[in-house]
Amino acid sequence: MKNLKFIYTKNTLFLALIFIVTVSCERDLSDEVEFATLGNTAEVFTDSPIGLGSDFYFPFLGSKLTAWTVDDNEGYESQSSMRIDVPNANDPEGNYAGAIFRVDGAGRDLTGYDALTFWAKASQGVNIGELGFGQDFLENKYQVTIQNTSFGTNWTKYIIPIPDPSKLFDERGMFWYSAGTQETGGFGYAFWIDDLKFEKLGTIGIPRPKIYEGGDVNSQGFLDTSGVVETPSVTFNLPSGVDQTVTAASSYFDWTSSEPSIVAVRDFGEFEMISIGTSVITASLAGEQATGSLSVEVLGEFNFAPTPTQDPADVISIFSDAYTNVPVDFYNGFWEPYQTTLSADFVIGGDNILSYTDFNFVGNQFANPTVDATNISNLHVDMFIPNELPSLFDFLISVVDFGADGVDGGGDDTRQQIFVTASDVEAGTWISFDFPITLANRDHLGLIIYENINFATLSNFYLDNIYFY
Amino acid sequence: MNKTIKIKKMNKIVVFMSFLLVALLVTSSCATDDNQTVATFTELVWQDEFDTEGTVNPENWTHEIGTGTNGWGNNELEYYTDRSENATVQNGLLVISAKNEEFNGSSYTSARIITKGKFEQTHGRFEARIKLPSGQGIWPAFWLLGDDSNGSEVWPQIGEIDIMENVGDEPTKIFGTVHGPGYSGGESIGKPYELQNDRFDTGFHVFGIEWGQNYINYYVDDVLYNQITPDDVTGEWVFNDGPFYIILNVAVGGSYPGSPNASTVFPQNMLVDYVRVYKNSNN
Repeated sequence: MKNLKFIYTKNTLFLALIFIVTVSCERDLSDEVEFATLGNTAEVFTDSPIGLGSDFYFPFLGSKLTAWTVDDNEGYESQSSMRIDVPNANDPEGNYAGAIFRVDGAGRDLTGYDALTFWAKASQGVNIGELGFGQDFLENKYQVTIQNTSFGTNWTKYIIPIPDPSKLFDERGMFWYSAGTQETGGFGYAFWIDDLKFEKLGTIGIPRPKIYEGGDVNSQGFLDTSGVVETPSVTFNLPSGVDQTVTAASSYFDWTSSEPSIVAVRDFGEFEMISIGTSVITASLAGEQATGSLSVEVLGEFNFAPTPTQDPADVISIFSDAYTNVPVDFYNGFWEPYQTTLSADFVIGGDNILSYTDFNFVGNQFANPTVDATNISNLHVDMFIPNELPSLFDFLISVVDFGADGVDGGGDDTRQQIFVTASDVEAGTWISFDFPITLANRDHLGLIIYENINFATLSNFYLDNIYFY
Repeated sequence: MNKTIKIKKMNKIVVFMSFLLVALLVTSSCATDDNQTVATFTELVWQDEFDTEGTVNPENWTHEIGTGTNGWGNNELEYYTDRSENATVQNGLLVISAKNEEFNGSSYTSARIITKGKFEQTHGRFEARIKLPSGQGIWPAFWLLGDDSNGSEVWPQIGEIDIMENVGDEPTKIFGTVHGPGYSGGESIGKPYELQNDRFDTGFHVFGIEWGQNYINYYVDDVLYNQITPDDVTGEWVFNDGPFYIILNVAVGGSYPGSPNASTVFPQNMLVDYVRVYKNSNN
């Protein structure tokens, strides 16, 4: 609601502008004048771009900028169409094609339509990765996407239903696409799109909205933090009887929290955890209840690690928001096949936290370049073990010097092992470790490894403020 | 905000009124086809408005129960029950629900109600206002069967008039058909009617016939889309004698629609606002 008001306010300003301009003309406005609303042009491309203005094509980062052209030799029941040449994967100018078509000027009122439709064909049978509308590189507030759409070699009509047309009273994102060569062995192909327009078909079935894939999902979070719901989807039955599922921006939906005093839902599907307890988030689309839900358990205040107090001049930081970190290759290299550790890193109040789950061992590598720690004497690590201490706790931290060759292995590596036992730790609170570094060679440090030893069962923990000083 | 909405509403009214005007002109300029028999069935003789909440009115309807022979002769997959889960009257509507559930050896349940022995008539205007279910394998119908004189006559000799049949994977199309001796099953006589810019599972539509001596006119809403006469059928015309009764049902699967698949959403509801029968006031 808040947003609606805001946008209407903008419209009023726009109308006011017209009013002023008109008044400055010779004629006066009669009493019967109706203020213009936004234009509702349906066509996006027929034989040429329609009403898009001059500066409407915005390619995605890394895509081939020249992928889109108007082809005057191909068309659906005409001589012209849009042609998109998807480049080979090794094309130095970009390894895929993708762009948005945004009206250069005021948005369109699309509330009278129920679908974006077009005719298309490709130079070979291929699934086009993503097609849609509502992406404007601004808020992408009403983005809609269909995925892996099968294009054949003859003209076929495609329909992308609008999840809730009443939301699109001021839309600039007319069309967007993204296509690569994942399915074609890296080799390029072309596809053509024609008669791209919004239509009021009347033959699209009632929307069947879904959040969280229709499942009932549980999650946990901390007081005074926020989260974002997963992008929902809507399935429509097309006039052919075939279902078409679109992913639809959360702004199309009305979100409800069962306990608004615990979890408050904001625009764009953002939610804030404002008191301890559990609340269930559900949604509806244009009055149709979505299947699926998100249960949010608010655990309490997040306990931040103590703010480091070392002089930055004396610190070589691997992971901390208090210092500038050295270049780090990875915080979780995921060494297959033996490593099970996954990362669920998070940010709270601007503070980045490493979170490891399904832990057995994991490494932080900083080998490009390696770290010269000749003049430092300690390693600092803050560790937090949520829930309870596991029945078996035996933890090893290894600091590895890569030797003169500066690479992992090579016969000249040395390491210092630091053993942490159950008596050194406590669950539910940050533990600050300061370990003296005793390595003789410490001018090519490249790796810190953390591991469960002696069949220890630690599964999940957080790390923060990893630095040498 | 209010201002904008008001202006829009006014526009709509203006557009709507001009549309009515156009419609009126078109209608009045429409001459009656010489070969078409114009019927005036204006005297309401039987109706169920489904205004009493709860079970289907037993004074009007009987439930047919079970799977019939060979899935009601069509290899249908549902088991028809008389439970409220499959047929009930709510909010002024008859709701027939096809469900995906194990029941007495079938994987689906639904309902089929008939007026046999309670209301039967030869000739007249039969119409119902219905919102259809949809989905692959769903087969709703509003139809008439000739009375079998306690089993002394058999289908197709008794005659069958399908006022509306639909297969759920064609949500914009219905069929109006007759079956009789020499023109039954795959050889039945009829015609599809396809909605333009609309579909049958998103709103209510009126399905009806005007049925008199030697003709059956088929209409949907205000569109008369077919007339069937003895000249059209390839056998004996069995629609001038013997009363017919009304059937409402939602079948699942069978030879005609095929089986439901993973995309079919259950339950599927057929909503019936009313069934009304008129006779010719001149008779």
